Amino acid sequence: MTDQRFRNAAGGRIDRSRPLTFQFNGRRYDGFGGDTLASALLANGVRLVGRSFKYHRPRGIVAAGSEESNALVQLGTGARTEPNVRATQAEMHDELSAASVNCWPSVEVDVGAINSALAAFLPAGFYYKTFMWPPRAWRFYEWFIRRAAGLGRAPTEPDPDRYEKTYAHCDVAVVGAGPAGLAAALAAGRVGARVILADESSEFGGSLLGEAATIAAAPALDWVAGAMAELAALPEVRLLPRTTVFGYYDHNHLGLIERVTDHLGPRTDTTLPRQRLWKVLARQVVLATGAIERPLVFDDNDRPGVMLASAARTYANRWAVRAGDRAIVVTNNDSAYPAALDLSEAGVNVQAVIDARETPPDAWREPLRVRGIDLAAGRTVAAALGRKRVEGAEVYELAADGSRLIGAARCYDCDLIAVSGGWSPTLHLFSQSGGRPRFDAGIAAFVPGESRQAERSVGAARGTFSLAGCLAEGFAGGAAAALACGFGDGVAPPVPATGDTPAGPLRPLWRVPTAGHGGKAFVDAQNDVTADDVELAAREGYRSVEHLKRYTTTGMGTDQGKTSNVNALAILADLTNATIAEVGTTTFRPPYTPVTYGALAGRSVGDRFDPVRMTGLHQWHEAAGALFEDVGQWKRPWYYPRRGETLHQAVARECGAVRASLGIVDASTLGKIDIQGPDALKLLNLVYTNAWDNLEVGRCRYGLMLKEDGMVFDDGVTARLGPNHYHMTTTTGGAARVMGWLEEWVQCEWLDMRVHFTSTTTHWTVVAIAGPNARRLLAELCPDIDLESAAFPFMAWRDGTVAGIPARVFRVSFSGEQSYEINVPSSCGVALWQVLMTAGAKYDITPYGTETMHVLRAEKGFVIVGQETDGTTTPQDLGMDWIVSKKKTDFIGKRGLTRADCGRADRKQLVGLLPENSKDTLQEGAQIVAEIRPKPPMPMEGHVTSSYWSAALGRPFALALLMGGRARHGQTVAVSSYGTTSWAKVVPPIFWDKEGERLRG
Amino acid sequence: MVEPYLRQSPLDHLSLDARAVGDPGGAGVVAGERRFIAKVSLRGDPADPAFAAGAKTALGFAPPVAPNTVDGKRDRYALWLGPDEWLVVGAPDTQDKTVAALRAALAGCHAAVTDVSEGRTIIRLTGAHARDVIAKGCPIDLHPRAFGPGRCAQSRYARALVILHQLDEAPTFDLHVDRSFADYLWRVIEDASLEYGFAVVAEPVMAALKRRRTPQGQD
Amino acid sequence: MHLIACPWCGPRDEVEYAYGGEGHIARPARPEALSDGAYADYLFMRRNPKGVHAERWVHAAGCRRWFNVLRDTVSHRILAVYKMGEPRPEAGP
Repeated sequence: MTDQRFRNAAGGRIDRSRPLTFQFNGRRYDGFGGDTLASALLANGVRLVGRSFKYHRPRGIVAAGSEESNALVQLGTGARTEPNVRATQAEMHDELSAASVNCWPSVEVDVGAINSALAAFLPAGFYYKTFMWPPRAWRFYEWFIRRAAGLGRAPTEPDPDRYEKTYAHCDVAVVGAGPAGLAAALAAGRVGARVILADESSEFGGSLLGEAATIAAAPALDWVAGAMAELAALPEVRLLPRTTVFGYYDHNHLGLIERVTDHLGPRTDTTLPRQRLWKVLARQVVLATGAIERPLVFDDNDRPGVMLASAARTYANRWAVRAGDRAIVVTNNDSAYPAALDLSEAGVNVQAVIDARETPPDAWREPLRVRGIDLAAGRTVAAALGRKRVEGAEVYELAADGSRLIGAARCYDCDLIAVSGGWSPTLHLFSQSGGRPRFDAGIAAFVPGESRQAERSVGAARGTFSLAGCLAEGFAGGAAAALACGFGDGVAPPVPATGDTPAGPLRPLWRVPTAGHGGKAFVDAQNDVTADDVELAAREGYRSVEHLKRYTTTGMGTDQGKTSNVNALAILADLTNATIAEVGTTTFRPPYTPVTYGALAGRSVGDRFDPVRMTGLHQWHEAAGALFEDVGQWKRPWYYPRRGETLHQAVARECGAVRASLGIVDASTLGKIDIQGPDALKLLNLVYTNAWDNLEVGRCRYGLMLKEDGMVFDDGVTARLGPNHYHMTTTTGGAARVMGWLEEWVQCEWLDMRVHFTSTTTHWTVVAIAGPNARRLLAELCPDIDLESAAFPFMAWRDGTVAGIPARVFRVSFSGEQSYEINVPSSCGVALWQVLMTAGAKYDITPYGTETMHVLRAEKGFVIVGQETDGTTTPQDLGMDWIVSKKKTDFIGKRGLTRADCGRADRKQLVGLLPENSKDTLQEGAQIVAEIRPKPPMPMEGHVTSSYWSAALGRPFALALLMGGRARHGQTVAVSSYGTTSWAKVVPPIFWDKEGERLRG
Repeated sequence: MVEPYLRQSPLDHLSLDARAVGDPGGAGVVAGERRFIAKVSLRGDPADPAFAAGAKTALGFAPPVAPNTVDGKRDRYALWLGPDEWLVVGAPDTQDKTVAALRAALAGCHAAVTDVSEGRTIIRLTGAHARDVIAKGCPIDLHPRAFGPGRCAQSRYARALVILHQLDEAPTFDLHVDRSFADYLWRVIEDASLEYGFAVVAEPVMAALKRRRTPQGQD
Repeated sequence: MHLIACPWCGPRDEVEYAYGGEGHIARPARPEALSDGAYADYLFMRRNPKGVHAERWVHAAGCRRWFNVLRDTVSHRILAVYKMGEPRPEAGP
């Protein structure tokens, strides 16, 4: 479709044998393998790529790497669309599609640009000031603000891609594979250290990919290729291209995001993930993160065509793209000179280098003259001309103190203004590691200060900008890091010769004086913060740099101040008559660049999000058509509907079967703890409220556990297996909690107590049979236990065999019926269950689930910890004073119970409720109120904790916690729920077999 | 003991036998379930001479005192789980014998011997990418310089608690997991193996693969 | 993301541990002898220092042993790890 008019016929690191087409804002363009979206757009002459965040100003590409502040695009479409992608990091693939963000209806004609005309009314802090009044109007404003906010949009469909996550460990992690990083990895890798080398680009080499430098009298990229070959051959070195180290966390943990297949485009084959998140633990970290060139702050410095000089150079060298036809290069330091020469070499008409310094180093004069490039010293650009693209530049002489422009402007006719305001080491990871940067006036930038973690910065990341210096520091840093891990002798490999031109000092240049025709000078292009905003903030008293950041938003968002940080600080320092060192810098936050939610979630999605714990009988329940209830991570059968049955009908049938004949339930999830040791009895007496001294071997007892504050914590039945050997059961949800609780007391408090705990929860499959025919059925299958009540009474256990399976049988009951809990080795659970089902057919044995279990126990007034209790409930509140020993001198919670508050007569106490309307099943959680009012709030006196329809009673009933409830039996109370009121009679909390004859019989 | 056909292992419902191959070929991760292995929890103070002597008598070797190591013999070995805790692992259905022997030898000591065989199963992993697939869910460093045959560690894999035990340099790992988490763990590991290739093998193949590689080590 | 050295298992990832709050809080020998105020102090009142904090952790997904840690709540540096029953060491630098 297009001719890539700005692409040179030769040179660069693109693959011309691999032509690709892509779409941008609906138009088709051509590019090559090896391009980024940014390089391909520039090759096609596309300069306008987006609209700015607040003012909707037209914006173009300013950088070549992750520091890009303008060219954020919406990549892809549909479920795979991704906002906030830097065009400079989007690798080109065939059929890539991207669109500008923050513009409507198009990037050329953007309605939101009206904000630009209204700019005078949108200063820093605008939102804070404007939308504060009238207070009720906020909701109205918010709707518009939210519509206007943000860059791009998130997909609304499920993410079709696969993301992986992995842990990794290494001795030395090297961040950045420029010359310093490669040298560090070589030095550490050669002596045998485990090295991870990560770089965000598709290719290793860093700045060398964009410069025509030499190492050892050969092209620097030859050295890079040699280093890569050597590293690839080292077995303990892991190379991670396309991988951004986005976070530096405590204890030398790094977060890495690897873009595994993004560069291949959307794929149907998901064998490989789209992205992989690495959680790396490194013994030593070498930060070779390089430096970011600073833009200059002059009027309309955001016009498309104003670009960092290093970026224009990189486009020319790495992608054979001319970022413009006619350029001027504006600088305050030496680094823009080789950029100007490389641009000229690539065919850009470089008219002049404009250097703010009065006397630029002589070394550059001759090379410029040879290329016909003017040199204008002591001058700088004060305004860009043009709107949707640069059409010219006004250059002035600069006063010696930089405070004003002198004389008349010289206008250059140009479409590219390549700027360099000096370089700032990339300190983001150093700052995240806890280190405090230090200002280095020599390079007018912050450099790493003292290390707080096991890390060191090398090369440009610590302010060393010469190639020789980067290599030397990289080698030394890598060798030292390896030595710190016990590898090598710490001696750095020799540094090869480089072709550096010695650099002269820079002239700090912050706010260029305004040219006076009302242009905006941007400090932070991504957040649309201008020099005027910084000035306003300073005038209004925001002198702390952290306040400045929050008030103006400079340095926030996904950009994290990459290009803007130092300029903003320097301008604030100027305005407040402070030094930059005094102003200090803000703390950088992870992530360095955005990380997809998909990568953070990894494979913990769908049915892998959380484990589903299944008992050994799970498949049987499934086959029987059970519906399941989540109890913690467990799936428990809720009820077993027959064809066409509702929950209500199924539960009524299951309850009826248990009360009339025989039911069977999977009770395997109950927590089980094996307790052994001479002090086991002492322990039980401390953790339970009741006394355990007289429990005989062969018998079991119900117990209640409290927290130290006297509130109910867990309950269960514990059996004495031997003189010093007990089998404790806990609630399903409390199994791990109780085990941890016992371990904590014994390990932290009662260190001399001789007792051991072993969790046996899943060792046993527990099948409970309950109902008047329970004993008859068991007797058929269990030849070796005398089941007569005299020999095997309620609350006893016996070992024997059931259906030929070794079993431990507990005679306990949670249903109020004659009941046996048969414990067998888990692998035999299905066999046991099937035999019971077959042999029990004559009793119409009926499997029942948790719902029926709950109804049956509630009819008996048995509480469930966590349902009838909520962490503020004492045993007395439950009417269980009988289980609290008065004789024991101590148990956990005893002192808590003696607080006066626990004896208050008006505490919420457990009661039964019988709704007056016998068709009216109360809502669980409904409030009992002292007075019915048209709408809440109403004076609350308690709440319904359990509520069911009872087949046995032929009516609904409930359990509730009611203030002073025990003294209110016989009263009628109002129960309010969702605007409806029910009336219920307060009764004792027991509805079935009050004497307990059935379960003992 | 119960007739084997009446018993079900925690992963039986996945029909792994039906998926098992005789030759895993190029699969980077090879996995199988070791069913019904005997596992006995042993607690006691190794500094108590009576306990140390009793345990050694009953087991035929002294339980290791170095944290996170495994010691013993081919058919019965002990994993260090804590300063007073070991997991004694043995051939299928030997747990009753082991429990009886330990209880007899440790009578009179403060010790605890508990059969936990039925509460856990073992997923065996081997193959060129066994370490990579474990690294996807487990924070333990399994590099040969940091871990190796005869080492064990308790940790997590994704959201399940596991005991890792490295058996040989192939490498082969046993992952002990609570039976109620076994289905989850298996599915997470199989999913994580996608990029490496995954093969299921039955126990005899597992054992044969292992014998071929290493003559020694616990089995 | 902490790397915590279990006194038995050595350095392990934070995901293996559970935090147990402030350390060295002994259960009163005779709780019944305490006033409500003194008992509430034992139950609820905890230090929240900016700086070195003595706390207890359990290697929940590992050897399940409780132990003590001295940790700087500002830098998250771990200054010491020691077993239950051992006295609190001097805080390091």
